[in-house]
Amino acid sequence: MDLENQKRVKEFAEKYGAENIVVILGAAEGEAAGLAAETVTNGDPTFAGPLTGVQLGLSVFHICEPEIKELVDESIYDEQVGMMEMVLDIDDIISEMTAIREEFCKYL
Amino acid sequence: MNSVILGSSYIMVYAPDMVIHNGSTQTTERTVNPNSEYLKEIKNNLRTFDQVVSYLPNQTYIGNITPDELGKYEMPWFDKPLEGATRDGKFGEIMPQDEFIVLMQICDVFDLVKLEKQFVSNTKAKLMKHPLFDDGLIGRIKDGEELDAIKKYVDTEHAEPIYNKGELIGCVKRAHDIDMNLSGHVMFENLVSKASNVLALLNLVSKNNINKEEIEYVIECSEEACGDINQRGGGNFAKACAEVAGFVNATGSDTRGFCAAPTHAIIEAAALVKAGVFKKVVVSAGGSTAKLGMNGKDHLKKGYPILEDTIGGFAVLIGENDGVNPEINLDLVGRHTVGTGSSPQAVITSLVSSLDKAGLKITDIDKYSVEMQNPEVTKPAGAGDVPLANYKMIGALAVKRGDIDRKELADFTEKHGMTGWAPTQGHIPSGVPYLGFCREDILSGKIKNAMIIGKGSLFLGRMTNLFDGVSFIIEANKGGQVETSAISEEEVKKLIANALKDFASNLLSE
Repeated sequence: MDLENQKRVKEFAEKYGAENIVVILGAAEGEAAGLAAETVTNGDPTFAGPLTGVQLGLSVFHICEPEIKELVDESIYDEQVGMMEMVLDIDDIISEMTAIREEFCKYL
Repeated sequence: MNSVILGSSYIMVYAPDMVIHNGSTQTTERTVNPNSEYLKEIKNNLRTFDQVVSYLPNQTYIGNITPDELGKYEMPWFDKPLEGATRDGKFGEIMPQDEFIVLMQICDVFDLVKLEKQFVSNTKAKLMKHPLFDDGLIGRIKDGEELDAIKKYVDTEHAEPIYNKGELIGCVKRAHDIDMNLSGHVMFENLVSKASNVLALLNLVSKNNINKEEIEYVIECSEEACGDINQRGGGNFAKACAEVAGFVNATGSDTRGFCAAPTHAIIEAAALVKAGVFKKVVVSAGGSTAKLGMNGKDHLKKGYPILEDTIGGFAVLIGENDGVNPEINLDLVGRHTVGTGSSPQAVITSLVSSLDKAGLKITDIDKYSVEMQNPEVTKPAGAGDVPLANYKMIGALAVKRGDIDRKELADFTEKHGMTGWAPTQGHIPSGVPYLGFCREDILSGKIKNAMIIGKGSLFLGRMTNLFDGVSFIIEANKGGQVETSAISEEEVKKLIANALKDFASNLLSE
């Protein structure tokens, strides 16, 4: 995850409380989504950014996961994400995200 | 009348020491984690020059094998060297690091690049055999300095060190004592960009038989900024590069737009020529050292060598319609606007929907050139196959528009897409790597048209959250419309005779 984004996530968690933050990802691959999810839960796995060694344990989802999809107005979802959904490997993304959440998420 | 693409060039520079010392992933790691395993391991996982030359995507970039041929090889490619590969390509070349360092000095007009004596003499001998380096360029090479003098610049005057084969062989001095915009580091990056751009210009002229005195304007479209404390991005790389390349009748300017800049620049160039402002305009860019080894950590983790070990560059010549070369159709320019929105589907829809103006279907375009990154570089880093993801999106849009059936999606990416081959140098892979092959494919009748799409992540500059993109269409020349920029003497006489005749008949009637 981009170093500046890590810094912003960290600041938000400090300002609003980690239990009040949900991170929504839009990565195009299961692996990339998993890496970003790991960063905001268990810390930066590349040891480069401000979240290195910081275990925020935030709630984190991908926009294509059913938990998020059902919260969004159907027509807006179709307009904004419908096409992406058609081309992404959603099952792979869900399995990566679920594994990370089960292992590191503190607030679910 | 539409302007045409007269030729293009593509160059690479093998830069293993710059991966270690100047790539931002490595410099960041050295700051935050100086004793990391990665920094220790990187030296043992760099490729040799021969390995870089025979690497299939690199041979595609310089024009020796086609994207279709590349697509037939199964990945991984790094362990499948192309037999008989050479550094010289149909569109350009792959230059080794030592020659490039001397080219940086050739491009330096402020006496900032200091090189060690023996290194200069050895490398100068090599460059004298290079077909594109004439006496004028060779004459710019300085004899060199003692190593102690270079060490002093580095140790006491904040010069940026230059290494070759692990040894300190030179430096780029700072151009000002306190202005960070002219620091050794910034001057180094800018001179790398300038020198790689110049190499692309030299190849453009030579590989396409161009009279460089006919070039009137250069648009440079890299992602670097040159200037000083009072104007950090003042410019002008374009004119600085044109000067070294010997384009004596050209001026120019820089266009910026992150990775989308080359596509913006080509639209600008095509418009300048179509409007009759200039007859021949070059669009060009050099590469970036910061991006070297950008995904190196992931490559080593997955057992790959460091694959981002080359700097890229390209140049394209756009000229008046000659009735032969492929035309740039400026009636069908796609653009992502402020109001478009940033979702990936909004972006691709805005860029491809320019087809509606001509009542064309997505399938009416034979080839789409998108972000043509080499997937072998991006996949191990978790970023997937970038061109393929773009083709899937265009295909999905075609399904939504009813241009194809959903089950034809896989065929669409195969038929209208290509395997990526370009180095991950930001603006370099964005749309333009296909222009060389595209010109050939249209001239040979293999395809009739192509859409070039450039996209840019503007939010990286923290000035806007917006994304950006532009697209244009190249199509076969309609023929028989050769532009005549001057009226012949006979036509002038005829016009005067007609005017006199009218005048006389007016007098008579009065």
